[in-house]
This record gives sequence, structure tokens and C-alpha cells, in this order.
Amino acid sequence: MKVRAQIAMVLNLDKCIGCHTCSVTCKQVWTTREGVEYAWFNNVETKPGIGYPKEWENQERWKGGWKRKRNGRLEPRIGSRLRVLAKIFANPDMPEIDDYYEPFTFDFAHLQNAPESKAMPTARPVSLITGKIMEKIEWGPNWEEILGGEFEKRSKDANFEGIQKKVYGEFENTFMMYLPRLCEHCLNPACVAACPSGSIYKREEDGIVLVDQDKCRGWRMCVSACPYKKIYYNWQSGKAEKCTFCFPRIEAGEPTVCSETCVGRIRYLGVMLYDADRIEQAASVEHDEHLYRAQLDIFLDPSDPAVIAQARADGVPELWLEAARHSPVYKMAIEWGVAFPLHPEYRTLPMVWYVPPLSPVQSAHEAGHVGWDANGLPDIGKLRIPVKYLANLLTAGAEAPVLLALQRMMAMRMHMRARTVENRIDAEILRGVGLSVAQVEEMYKVMALADYEDRFVIPSTHREYAENTFDLKSSCGFSFGNGCSTGGDAGANLFSTSRTSAGHQAPKTLVRRVAEHAPARTREEA
Amino acid sequence: MNGFFDHLAFGLYPYMAVAVFLLGSLIRFEREQYSWRSGSSQLLRRRQLMVGSVCFHVGILFLMVGHAVGLLTPAALYGLVITAPQKQLLAIVSGGAFGLLCFVGLSMLLHRRLFDERIRATSSAADIGILALLWVQLVLGLATIPFSLGHLDGSVMVRLSHWAQGIVTFRADAASHLEGVGFIFKAHIFLGLTLFVAFPFSRLVHIWSAPIGYAVRPYQLVRRRGRNARVA
Repeated sequence: MKVRAQIAMVLNLDKCIGCHTCSVTCKQVWTTREGVEYAWFNNVETKPGIGYPKEWENQERWKGGWKRKRNGRLEPRIGSRLRVLAKIFANPDMPEIDDYYEPFTFDFAHLQNAPESKAMPTARPVSLITGKIMEKIEWGPNWEEILGGEFEKRSKDANFEGIQKKVYGEFENTFMMYLPRLCEHCLNPACVAACPSGSIYKREEDGIVLVDQDKCRGWRMCVSACPYKKIYYNWQSGKAEKCTFCFPRIEAGEPTVCSETCVGRIRYLGVMLYDADRIEQAASVEHDEHLYRAQLDIFLDPSDPAVIAQARADGVPELWLEAARHSPVYKMAIEWGVAFPLHPEYRTLPMVWYVPPLSPVQSAHEAGHVGWDANGLPDIGKLRIPVKYLANLLTAGAEAPVLLALQRMMAMRMHMRARTVENRIDAEILRGVGLSVAQVEEMYKVMALADYEDRFVIPSTHREYAENTFDLKSSCGFSFGNGCSTGGDAGANLFSTSRTSAGHQAPKTLVRRVAEHAPARTREEA
Repeated sequence: MNGFFDHLAFGLYPYMAVAVFLLGSLIRFEREQYSWRSGSSQLLRRRQLMVGSVCFHVGILFLMVGHAVGLLTPAALYGLVITAPQKQLLAIVSGGAFGLLCFVGLSMLLHRRLFDERIRATSSAADIGILALLWVQLVLGLATIPFSLGHLDGSVMVRLSHWAQGIVTFRADAASHLEGVGFIFKAHIFLGLTLFVAFPFSRLVHIWSAPIGYAVRPYQLVRRRGRNARVA
């Protein structure tokens, strides 16, 4: 056993209202630079839909994730090491920018400068790549918002596999849900495995997967290998960029920007302990439907004395072990079993998990459309969102765990309603779904009330163990790649690093020096 | 006077070019590694790149290796296997075939870079310049073939390789081997040396980073912060 810790995330889709605040705040912080205008480290999709980039879940087309070979070993779906090298001159499995969308702004100046005319002047869209007027915007990062577009096109969604999908195109039977997506910071990342220059790595202390911007050579294999399509090629710098899990904030014990700003309070951050020796074994179990269970099995109980002893031996700080015992992620994923990994069949062992959404069943029940099941719960199988669809999304098709999770969430609602409105405790309901009263009350506190302290349990990083701050004296501190060089992105220099698009419309990074940085909320070491 | 320029271009310029090539690469790697990249434009436009890039790279890699081996192998060594005229014929045939492949690819890439709206808009002067330079150099190289066919005895080839071997072994009289060699060969050599000069200032630096090591690397990389940093 080798114990490692990771900061993992859970998103409670039952409460996501699809407001895109996470996407917008993330973009403002990370990707308002030339070259990554099209990139959304965090985006929110309406499902069912083909998503962003187009059909990202179709691995027949994009070849993301891992495949299990006949001998039981794993190999990136894009191919063996030699095959990856053979594709280096031209990568056949890489999306083109139109599969995301051609980034644009609007010619707002025209509203001010237009000569007098009978009609109102309009601000036409301008490409951020060519700087030319675009006749028509054909696609965007959220084109299918709230079921936009025809069902015919949206129904290419890979999660419809094994479902008679035609019926869901009818107005009466239509359903939808939101799916906010970001980098999964996988335990078995395919992007790392596919990087020819070895520039992508997983941090041992908190599991965050990062691209070494200096070492990246722009071979673009990671873009293909990531099954979630969450690595973006910056066409200006020629480097791969991805979600950083806001590591400077995490290190300081603060939640990521997307989590902090989530108005629905659906995001949770907490420490998960796992056995690093069993990653490969868990990722290569034979049947896809067993992958969810296999990943659960490598997570370690932070209260187990044997785990604690081994964690200490492996250098996990005490503060982290303490945080792991209060981790909301552990509670939701393991104790209550209501959170699931996104597409475990990609075999990357993702670490951003999702609580499936309940869909209107109560009102349907009241209208007499849904019956009761044996446990005295409304029949979850008759939910508006087919359970099979959720299972395809979250458990590689295994319906039972998703069904139980939905039943537990429903039981929580019924229990709280009975207790607070009718002043009685219906033990029957809880027994049916295998939860105690204490558990369901805590579930209610964490998932329904979702206080800040319950959502985010993040220990700060102990840099002082690893770095001597005296050595860092007069060093360059945070810089935009390129070490301490002052040439960089800003101006022309000897090595042709400055490239400006003809567009000139691209938002330029403004580097402002903040004079006084008020110390944010920090958690003192116990 | 002619001798003066010959000596400058083929006796001294090679050392200047190689110095710029090596020092420039080192300084860029050390100081500006963020700019060290292949500079792929595949994301913005697939068209013409898929075929063009593969043809170009396969062709130019063969030509690079061919030039290095052909120019630098001492006569005493290759003489054990083939005669000079045979070697020249081999160079003409293989170099011609791969040169043609490279020409097709490079022409597609240059055309794409100049006339594709997106690629042109996002190209720097260096991006266009290096492609144009390579294209001219390739055309010059291919143009030497008809001349070589005029003298199949291998004598010019032997003189060219004497020059190259003279340069790498620091013979002061290296340039004298090129006396009387046709203008097109000299132009090809001069431009070739210029490519070495342009190398550190362009995307050509990605050649240094050819990821051979990937073939034997473990899939997963984990980094530990600070002094105990290691790759697991």
C-alpha cells in the first residue's frame, strides 16, 4: 500500500441551475488570452447533446482515454508509444478549432462610428483569429443551451447507447440536465501517458495534473488522448493548456474559482486518500461496468489506523489526514454512495465526481403518473431522465448504483419533509435505502444546506517542508512560463516569441501589480 | 577577389553559422524555453496539413540524414562498399525521390501558410520566412540533379564531401575544394549554412526536441515538489 492524497471535487447536479457562473469566472481568471479564447477550462453543457467540442464523448472518433488490450494491459486509445510518435507530424485524432468554435467578438465600435442611416447600426461578429467579419456564427461553446437545436443532431449524444432514444425527441417525453465539466485530474491520466515530451505530470502532494509550460513542445497528443477533451492547444503560444484546479488557491487552502463562485452551491472539495499501488489494477479490470466499483475500492478509509500509519510513513501531512476525515467528497462518494465518476469506462479514474439529478418525479407522482415502489418511495425507474442515460454517463451503464443513489436522495427529502412538516420519523423509508437517521441528517446538512465549511475542506500545502524560502529570495516568483525571462509574451524579442493575430481584437492580458494583498481566509495548522 | 569571397562564404561562414546555431540554441533553451515549440497550426486548419506535413517531414528527415552521411563519410570507408560514381547515383536517385516527396509536402505547406486566411493571419514573419527559405533551398537542391547527371563520375560529389570533411576537421583550406564547382552547388551550400543561422530564431528548434525518449518512458509521471523532486 502506498498512500497518496488528492483534492477531489463533487458536483451535485441535482442543484445545478445551469447559470454558467463557474465558466465565466474561470474564463476571466484563466483564458482571456490570445490563443485560448476558444478554450473553456470549465464549461456547462445541456444534456442530452453532443457537447463541446462536438461529440467529445464519441471515442470512436476522437480516440480518447485508454483501451484494455487482450492481454489485460492498458494502452492509450490513440495507440502504442510508437504509434503516437508516428502521428506526430499530423495528428489524425485531433479536433479542429471549428469542432470547438471559431472565437469571436463583436464590432462594437461600429455602433459609435456608423454614419447616419435609416436603420439602426449593428455590431457584427468579428473572428478573433482572422480579424474579419463573420457572416454567420455557426457554433459556440454552449450551442445546445436548454435543448437548443434539433433532437436529430443532439441525439448523437453517446449516452443514448442502449436506449430507444426516438421517444425522447417527442415534446411530452423530452428531458434535460446540466453537466458542468472541467479537467478530471485523473488518477490514471491519459494525457500524461500520451505526452511525448513528458511535460504533463501529476503532483504527488495534491494530485493536480499540470502542463509544464516550459517543457511542452506542442506535439498535441494530449489533446487527443484526453477523453474529456479538457486539454486545449494554445494556437498563439503553441503549448497545451488545461484546468489548473486553481492550484495557487488550493495551496492556500481556498476553493477553486469555479467552486467559490458557484451560486447554486453545488461544488464540494475535499481530500481523498487512495492506494497508488493499485491504480493500474483498478483501471484495467475487464468489464467496463466494474470500473466504478474498482475505483471505489482503491480509496482508503481515513479513519482506519492502518491507513493513517501508512499515510504518515508516505509523508502525508497531519493536516491532510485530518481534512480527509472531514472530506465531503469521501462522504458523498463512499459513505452515502451518491456521487459517481464521469465516464469511468475511459479508464482514467477521474477525480471530479457527480451526484446524479433527480428529475420531476414527485409532481408526476402526485398527478398519478408514477407508482410507489416496494420501499415506499416513488418509483425512481419512472423518472423523467432515464436511469440508463445517467448510468451511461456515470457508471459505464451499471444502473443499480445510480438507482440506489437517487432513492437515497429521494428518501432524504421524504424523511426531512416528514420530520419538519409532519413532525414524525418514517424509519421504514430509510431502512429501505440502507441509511441511518444520523446519516441522512448529515446528508441533509452537507447536500441541502451546503454551508461553506461543509462544502470546502481544504488543507493548505506545506511548502515549507519542501522549499527553503531563503533560496527563493530574489527569484522571479510567478511568471508566465519562460522562467525569469522578461521577453516573454509582452514584446518582440530575439526568438520570435511574439506573434499577434491580424485580429488584434483578442483581449490582451493586463498584468497589474497588486500593491497590497489582503491575506485571505487561511486555515491555521492544528 | 573571387577567392576572397569563396573563403569568406565557405571557409569562415560555416563556423559563424554553426556558432550561432549552437550558442543560439543554448541561449534560447536556457532563457526562452517557453518559446521552444513545434508551432503546429493543425488546430486552426487541418486541410493540406495532414498530407503536406507528413510528406514534408518524411522527405526532409531522409534528406537530412542523407546529407550528413553522404557528406561526412570518408572515402576510405564507403570505398569498401561502393565506388564514388555508384555513390553519386545512389544519392541522385534516393535524394531525388525523397526530395520530390518533400517538395510536394513543403509546397502544400507553404501554399497553405500563404493563402489560408486563418494560417496567414496567425503566422509570424519567422513562420513564413523559414518555410520560404526551406522551399528555395529544396528547389536549389533538386536543381542540382540535372547538373549532376552531366558528370556521373562523382568528381563534384567527392569535392563537396572533401569540403564538408575539411570544415568539420578544421582544415584552413577547406574552401579551396569548391573552386570551379558550379554556382548552383555553391548557392545550395550557402543557403544551407544560412538555415543553420536561422535555426535558433525560428521554430526549427523543435528538431532538437524530437521525443525519441518517449518510446521507452513509463506512462505515468508524478512530480514531487522541492528538493526531493523525482520522477516516478
